[in-house]
Amino acid sequence: MAGSHEHSEPHVVPVKTYLMVFLALMVGTGLTTWIAFVDLGPFNTVVALAIACAKMLLVILFFMHVKYQPGLTRIAIICAFFWLGIMMTLTLSDELTRSWEMNPSPWSVLIPHIPHVVRLFF
Amino acid sequence: MSDAAVTHEAHAHPPGFAHQFETIEQQREAGSLGMWLFLMTEILFFGGMFTAYTVYRSLHFGAFEAGSHLLLVQFGATNTAVLIISSLTMALAIRSAQTGQSKGVTIMWLLFTMFLGLAFLGIKLYFEWYHDWLEGLVPGLQWFASPGHTPGVQQFFCFYFFMTGLHALHMVVGVGILTVLVIMTARNKFSSQYYAPLEISGLYWHFVDIVWIFLFPLLYLIGGRYQR
Repeated sequence: MAGSHEHSEPHVVPVKTYLMVFLALMVGTGLTTWIAFVDLGPFNTVVALAIACAKMLLVILFFMHVKYQPGLTRIAIICAFFWLGIMMTLTLSDELTRSWEMNPSPWSVLIPHIPHVVRLFF
Repeated sequence: MSDAAVTHEAHAHPPGFAHQFETIEQQREAGSLGMWLFLMTEILFFGGMFTAYTVYRSLHFGAFEAGSHLLLVQFGATNTAVLIISSLTMALAIRSAQTGQSKGVTIMWLLFTMFLGLAFLGIKLYFEWYHDWLEGLVPGLQWFASPGHTPGVQQFFCFYFFMTGLHALHMVVGVGILTVLVIMTARNKFSSQYYAPLEISGLYWHFVDIVWIFLFPLLYLIGGRYQR
């Protein structure tokens, strides 16, 4: 990054940036608390998680200095969330499909409107 | 040429600069990456609990909402704010070391952070867990039979205590780390070139903050608060 090998000063984030991020996080906290009392139907949880993700991004990028880190660190972080995604997706793909039919019925039962003549073949 | 080499030697080894690194910047990057590798395991550690939470919430949807209504939103929100302020003071502590300010300034910000961490734990312990205990909402130890306290609600409270409990354990560890940092700062271990323990502990502290950012809406704010 810096040309000199001996003295490379660390990237110092301006206080103003920290304060702006802090304000955004506080507003996000207020917003998520307020919106929990507003009826959004099935979207309450979605909105709450979206706000939480936005807050997490702010913390990671600015407070944790990832915005100023090399690509290797960013890839490592993305990997961590990718693995988390694998864990959740595979677990839920099992758990959420268990109530599906265990012993599939013949097509003739599942699709009653197919003509009787066709049903004879199954 | 030899002058340049001498200068290089003299300048390239500030206190805390390990010999295996080419530059102190490389050392800083390696330190951050190493800490992130640890935080990866932490993401998956808490991720396991969040996954379990998701599965059981899908199985006991209504009971989890009923359980959530028994929590005190005002204290959850207050604690979220306390943690965010503590993240700011932690960032400012690191910044004061980076910019070479006197150690008193760094120590002040570290003590602020520590105080806020303890405030979080105090609110959690006294206003929430103690309240839950009195209300008989602690599965296995103090669970009062009541029409609203269905097995699903009991399960929600198991998740609540395990998730907030492990988060609080991380906070206790964080306060311990901050104590060490205050001592190290007082002993002049850090400079504007070398402050790796501060930076790395900051990553840990902010990570614990992020976990709470997700715990707060998922435990305190889930579905149907508006119905009350």
